[in-house]
Amino acid sequence: MAARKILPWLGAAIILALLPPFLLAIGQPFYLDLARRILILAIAAVSLNLILGYGGLVSFGHAAYLGIGAYAVGILGFYGVGNGWLHILAAVVASALVAAAIGAVSIRTSGIYFIMITLAFTQMLYYLGISVAEFGGDDGMRLKTRSLFPLVDLNDPVAFYYVALALVILSIFVTHRIVHSRFGMVLRAAKSNESRSRAIGFSPYPYRLAAFVISGAMCGLSGALYANHTNYITPNLMSWQQSGDLMFMVILGGMATASGPVLGAFALLLVEDLLSGWTQHWQVILGPLLILSVIFFRRGLAGIFYKADA
Amino acid sequence: MTFGLVFEQLLNGLQFGVTLFLMAAGLTLVLGIMNFVNLAHGSLYMVGAYLALAAANWTGSYLAGVALGLAGTLLVGMLIEVIALRTLYARDHLDQVLATFGLILFFNELVAILWGRAALFASPPSWLSHHIDLFTGSRYPAYRAAIIVVGFFVAALLWYVVTRTRLGMLIRAGASNRTMVAALGVNIRLLYTLVFGFGAALAGLAGLMAGPIYNVQPGMGELVLIQVFVVVVIGGIGSVRGALVGAIIVGIVDTLGRAFLKPLMATVISAPAAESAGPALASMLIYLLMAAVLAFRPQGLFPARGG
Repeated sequence: MAARKILPWLGAAIILALLPPFLLAIGQPFYLDLARRILILAIAAVSLNLILGYGGLVSFGHAAYLGIGAYAVGILGFYGVGNGWLHILAAVVASALVAAAIGAVSIRTSGIYFIMITLAFTQMLYYLGISVAEFGGDDGMRLKTRSLFPLVDLNDPVAFYYVALALVILSIFVTHRIVHSRFGMVLRAAKSNESRSRAIGFSPYPYRLAAFVISGAMCGLSGALYANHTNYITPNLMSWQQSGDLMFMVILGGMATASGPVLGAFALLLVEDLLSGWTQHWQVILGPLLILSVIFFRRGLAGIFYKADA
Repeated sequence: MTFGLVFEQLLNGLQFGVTLFLMAAGLTLVLGIMNFVNLAHGSLYMVGAYLALAAANWTGSYLAGVALGLAGTLLVGMLIEVIALRTLYARDHLDQVLATFGLILFFNELVAILWGRAALFASPPSWLSHHIDLFTGSRYPAYRAAIIVVGFFVAALLWYVVTRTRLGMLIRAGASNRTMVAALGVNIRLLYTLVFGFGAALAGLAGLMAGPIYNVQPGMGELVLIQVFVVVVIGGIGSVRGALVGAIIVGIVDTLGRAFLKPLMATVISAPAAESAGPALASMLIYLLMAAVLAFRPQGLFPARGG
């Protein structure tokens, strides 16, 4: 039983680990860049899955933390701080604090209010990013330096790829542990039946807020990596389209599944890459495809691999 | 900062507010009655602006452009409701958000294919391009004044239709108990399609009136949409009265903030600091207002009854 569950993961990890030598051998380093971008955004999708999939909190503003993580790296670099550990620390702490503030107000509400409020707060941060001219404003800002770590050089595309891969695996593992802990049990209980979980003595608010903060912090990490990936930060990272993309990764892959967000990140970004290589008007095709997937493809990609697992 | 200037900005705020109201009214009706979140409401605003501009250029008459723009958005709205959105009424909000997100991508790109990505300029009709004299001695563009008048006229019309006509009675009944209304022999599907198309036409009206003031370009609807969300959250979901009050508050706060926050802050903190903090705070103002309203009244200022 255990082996049957571990094996697909091991297989996927080995394939992803062998990807760089393979891509370099066939002379397609561009795809290494794409794969790294997908892995970095997969971390953000995994973090969103914690609150969206397991917690039932439909956050339409998760790109905020992506942006805050990226700006933490960019702003520290701007003031001459290159230490990678400090970058990561700042990204995670800043995202967690903002998530705590946004979560404290939004989690008091539910349903459609929650969707609109998380979207509105992220839009507020987006406008803040646009109007702060010191850090590039609307145009964005080039990083002065990538985050500096001992032993690992992020300027080396292959090394950076493995860092991203390791962190994806770590984030899946951490999410898995959280979801299957006592804390995660309360979170899932509050999603499936809020009044019953209240009746047995658990008020969902603190649990949801804690999950929201953890999720924001994890997404901040993804943002810090993304800034290093593009070497450039722009307010567009916090745009509502980016939040929508993250939601689609989770939904396409399969909500509340461990592998779903990663599968979804690969599916969405590969399809985007394929369509955009074909025509500049690729969104006119992607839009209806997404609508069809919402209407007909309800269980996501992970649903294909795992038959009704309750 | 003279009284005349403040009064002029108040009028600008009112004009922005009624534009927001036209959008918010459709959005909140669809939300309150069908329990459906339509992110693509902003796309209908954009479609209205483009259709009216194209029709006005084609016929050479502004009023014909308005009429064709309204009819076109009504049709587009009913079409997407029948083709794609109708099946989503029974789904949760997440599915509705995602599907209408797909619609936004589609419409923005379609408009870019048909009319290009560059912003187009619409001009107000010649009979509205003059200025009118205000009692404060300054002059105000007649076109903006006309928008305010049309906005309040539509608000009154909407109030009349919803509270005083048979159609409005059915709409209110459908909002409180759709099964019961269907059981009484009302074609609820047709009613929903009509309400959706009606909301679409209101969004189209907002878009085509905003065309000569802001740029007409792909993606113009989403910027407004998110502000409309703020309006609906402040006003309370499903409440047209809340939408009106919320829209005017948001319109005035946003406009006054952008106009006067920087000079006001410069009197308290240093001018360079105000130079950068003023616009940043001004653009965040309505979201902070929303947070404040939610902290005291999580259901908005005018929660709809029986919802």
